Parts: sequence; C-alpha cells; structure tokens
Amino acid sequence: MTTTSLPTSQQDGGAASVGADISERLRATGTEHALELRGVGKSFGALDALSDIDLAVRPGERRAVLGSNGAGKTTLFNCVTGDFLPTRGTIRFFGEDVTTFPAHERIRRGLRRTYQISLLFTNLSVRDNIYLSCRGVSRNRFSFLRPSRRDALMSSADDLMRLVHLDDERDTPVSALSYGQQRQLEIAMALSGAPRFILFDEPAAGLSPAERRDLIAILTGLPGHMGFIIIEHDMDVALRVAQSVTMMHNGRIFKEGKPEEIEQDEEVQALYLGGDGGPGHG
Amino acid sequence: MRVAEAEFEPARGGTWIERVNPAVYLIGLLLLIMPLFANDFVLFQIFGWTFILGMIALSLMFLAGYGGMVSLAQMSFAGLAGYMVAIFGESAISTISLGWPWFITIPLALLVAVLFATIVGWLAVRTEGIYTIMITLAIASAMFYFTRQNYAIFNGFSGFNGVLPPKLFGVDWRGAMAFYYLTLFWAVVSYLVVLYISRAPFGLALQGIRDNPRRMAALGYNVKAHRIAAYAFSALIAGIGGILLTWQSAQISPGTAGIGPVIDILIIAVIGGLSRPIGPFIGAFLYVLLKTFAIDVLISMGLSGDRFQLLIGAGFLLVVFFSPDGLLGLWERWQTYRKRDPLLETSGGGL
Repeated sequence: MTTTSLPTSQQDGGAASVGADISERLRATGTEHALELRGVGKSFGALDALSDIDLAVRPGERRAVLGSNGAGKTTLFNCVTGDFLPTRGTIRFFGEDVTTFPAHERIRRGLRRTYQISLLFTNLSVRDNIYLSCRGVSRNRFSFLRPSRRDALMSSADDLMRLVHLDDERDTPVSALSYGQQRQLEIAMALSGAPRFILFDEPAAGLSPAERRDLIAILTGLPGHMGFIIIEHDMDVALRVAQSVTMMHNGRIFKEGKPEEIEQDEEVQALYLGGDGGPGHG
Repeated sequence: MRVAEAEFEPARGGTWIERVNPAVYLIGLLLLIMPLFANDFVLFQIFGWTFILGMIALSLMFLAGYGGMVSLAQMSFAGLAGYMVAIFGESAISTISLGWPWFITIPLALLVAVLFATIVGWLAVRTEGIYTIMITLAIASAMFYFTRQNYAIFNGFSGFNGVLPPKLFGVDWRGAMAFYYLTLFWAVVSYLVVLYISRAPFGLALQGIRDNPRRMAALGYNVKAHRIAAYAFSALIAGIGGILLTWQSAQISPGTAGIGPVIDILIIAVIGGLSRPIGPFIGAFLYVLLKTFAIDVLISMGLSGDRFQLLIGAGFLLVVFFSPDGLLGLWERWQTYRKRDPLLETSGGGL
C-alpha cells in the first residue's frame, strides 16, 4: 500500500499546534466535543427523517455512521453542514452553537464534507476545483487578482492533487474525469484548508479496489487532531478507518460502540449486516 | 450554460503573447488604423456605438455567462450613470445640473450606478431563472417611469441635453476620431478586465456558484455576497458604457434606458453569445449594422422602413433557433465540424 498522508500545507502549521489550539478552545467553551448534537430532529412535512439524535464526537475521533438506505445518515450530514436547518435540537461545533449558522459559516470554522453524489464544477479543471476549495476557507475570497505562480494556495492545490493521484489531470475539465477520479477529487476538496472535522458521505462508492486501498491510506493517514464521520456501505472501508460506530435506523440512533462490538451485535447483524435474524441491507 | 474560460496558464507552452490567435492581432491592428480609411460616420456612429453597446452587453455577459444570472437592469445601470454625469456635471439644463468638474462627476456617477446595482443585486439574488429576469425587468421599468415622471432631479420626459465630454488635453472627445479611440480604449479595457477576472479567484468563484451554489456554500463561500458583488462589478462596466452613450448622443432621457433598449441589450448579448467576453461586441456590431442600415435595405426592397425591428427580431430568432450560444456558438460548432475525424464518423464513433 502506498503511504499517503495529508500534505503539511493542509495541516495548519502542524498537528501539535492545532491540537493545542483545539484543547484551549474546548476548555474555554467548557465542552470536550468537536461535534455535539442534542435532540436533533428533521421533518419533511409529516415525515420525520431524523428524530432525537444525540451524538457526541471528540476531537480527532473517527466515527462511522452506518445504516440501511433511508436511515437518515445523509440528512444528518445535511443538518450538521447547514444544507438543512434542523427542525428541532441544537448542533455545537467545538463548543459553539452553530444550529442556525449558514453553511459557509460552518465551513469557515473548520467543518468539511464530501457528497454522496459528487458535487463538482464540471466545466472547470481539476486544479481550479481544488483551488476554489482552498480559496473558500482563506481570506481574499473576493480577490480580483489572479494567483501568482508562488501563490501558497496554488501550492496547496498541487499538493492535494498529488495526494489523490490527480496531478497528471491538473488541467483536465472535471467532466472528462472517470467517476472514480471524481470521487478522489471530492476527497481532495474536503481536505483543503486545514479542516478540523470532516464528514465523508460514502467516499468509496464507485472506487476500484486499488482506489479503495488508497482511500483507506488517506483516511488513516490524516493528522491525529482531524476527526471525521464516515458514512460508508463498504464495511471493509468503514470498520478499518473508524474507532467507533453509530448505527442508525429509521432516522434514529439505535446502537453505538466499537467496530468489533458492532460487528458481533446480533441486532445490528439482523438489521444491517444480513445476519439470520432479520433482513439484510448490505 | 457552458462558458469557455480564458487560458493564460504557463502549462500550455510559450508566453501568452505567443498563444494569442494571430487573427486577434490582425483585428487589433485593423481597429487601430481604422480612422485611416473609415469616414466619420463609420467611426462615430457604427464603431463608437458598437463599442458602447458591446460594453453594456458585456456587463450582462459577465453576470449571465459567469454568474448564471440574466439581468435586464444593465441598461438601467448605464442610464443612471449617464443621468448622474448630466446632473453632477454640465448640461443645457443649468437649473438642475450642478456643473461639477469631470474628475468628481465621473467617479461619482459610477459610484451611484454601482450602489444602485448593489441594491438591485441584493433584491435579485433572492430569485433564480425567470424570476431574476422578471424582477430586474420590473426594476428597469420602474426606473424608466420614475425618471419620466420626476422633474426635480431627472427633468422628466425631456431629460438632459448638451451633456458633453470634458475637453481633456485640449481634445474635443466628441470629434469622430477622438470619440472612436475613446470608446475603443474603454471597450478593450473592459474586455481585458473581464477576461482577467474570469480566471481570478472572484471570477472562478462566480463560475462555481453558477454551476453549483450549494457546493460553493459548502466550500466556505457566501454565495449571496458573491452574486451581489458581481452585480456591482457589472454596473461599473455598464456605467462606463452609459456615460459614453450619453456623451455620444449629447443627451440622456428616460427613453435611453426604456424597455426597448433594455431588451436590446439582452438581444445583443444573446446574438453574440454569452460564453465569451467577445460575444457581446460581435452581437453589438451586428445590431448596430441592422439598426443603421435595415431601414435603407427594406425601403430599397419596396418594403416599409418602419419594420426594421422585425428584421432584428427575425435575426434573433434564427440565431437562437440554430445556436443557443449565439454567433460564437455557431462558429465553434463549425470549427468542431471542420476538425472532425472522418474515420471515426464512418465507423460509427470508434472501434
């Protein structure tokens, strides 16, 4: 397996200083969680897509959220990132109540996400896509001046392209990339600008076995302070990168535990892993 | 809508001077020496007007092509800048015009146009598609009727006449050759600035917002603020065009930014093509030729000269029908057709 780790340009001056900054910030806010959801619910008319979600993820923790289709996993992500405003409950990000914040304000606080279906700028090149993601969380978003060759953000974009093996495609329009390459690009964009917490929505979907191995290497190689939640149907990927697992069903959390506990749980097997006790959803 | 981005990146090999199509240099040279063989009418009326309308349509191209926002208020921004030059500067209506010097009047006029566009943008970005068109059309209509009915500031139906460019460096800038070079200069500056910004962070972000606003928000961009800023920037270009237009006709009245001219700007931009900044200038040239000579052509054919708008409308329909991306789109399709691989075509697309 190729050793693949996040470029230092995306680590905000090194994990140690960021870790110290996060600890200080958490002490100041009196919380110990990077992401904390309390009683979060989301209704679409009469349909409760999410109900009473209580979720707390520590800084640097890697969590997998599993569940069958329609369990509410992506809706949960949408509420956290601000794509949807929750109908009920509160969302705190590193101690700060961001429940009503617009999406861009949450992103600027260090939250990132990838999408289940790639949301890329297909008319722009690979490098432009990554550059835009780097620029989005930097100052001078409104700059009317073109970046120079020595622009630090351009270097960051180049680093991220190398990380996901797209450096040969830097000027290729995204519309010309394969599906797997587009997924890789999604990940590179999520890693831009020194994120503090990332939400990966089925990042391995559509990837070849080799690309999946690279993905696992990227995720396990992330700096220790950079926590994430991953939604993934590929159990091999999910359970290899996660330290803890949250199981969802019908918009509710019904089980939390370590990967090995979840794997052995009969109820989980019945509902999700295709065991004898119930319908499988693989 | 696909917009072809200008490429100035060093990876393509050679300097940008080498990568520019030689035809561009030829056209540039031709435009520079145009006064040697063109008469005053052609310089002042045909090319001067083309560059001015091209600039105002370019402001629409910037919004629609890069930002995905079709605004019908561009002529209103231009008209307001023209009015401000007349009100703050000198005109024949000395009871209203303040007679301030040009170096205060022109920046102030542009500032007012930009502020107005910011407010219009603030309202318009809450809508999308057909609703953006409708809200900007409503604003343009409101502006037309307001200026027509307000006599205290806008002098009502008559507007202002005798609005002339300053005699800077001792040059009469309304003389045919001077005005030609003045409009050419600002048209080229506007074109290059738009081209440059299309690859600057602001322009790239705008194109990202056009393609996927939700994703841009998820990258940390304030989508509404970017869209409003795009309106403000577009008004700067439209405002310069509006001031030049006022100087060209030496007057500004409600009809300058009436519903007809508002729609004409849309027609110009669409006929030329919204995918590249050069499109609006091509559209403006065709429009000016039709508007200037269609009457003569129709009369020579024994038809009523009043029907020249019909000719423009028919041309618009034809272009939109055959190429949604205007004349530029037709050109690109022809280029693609010319460069096609006949082997691939005969074998049904490949092995």
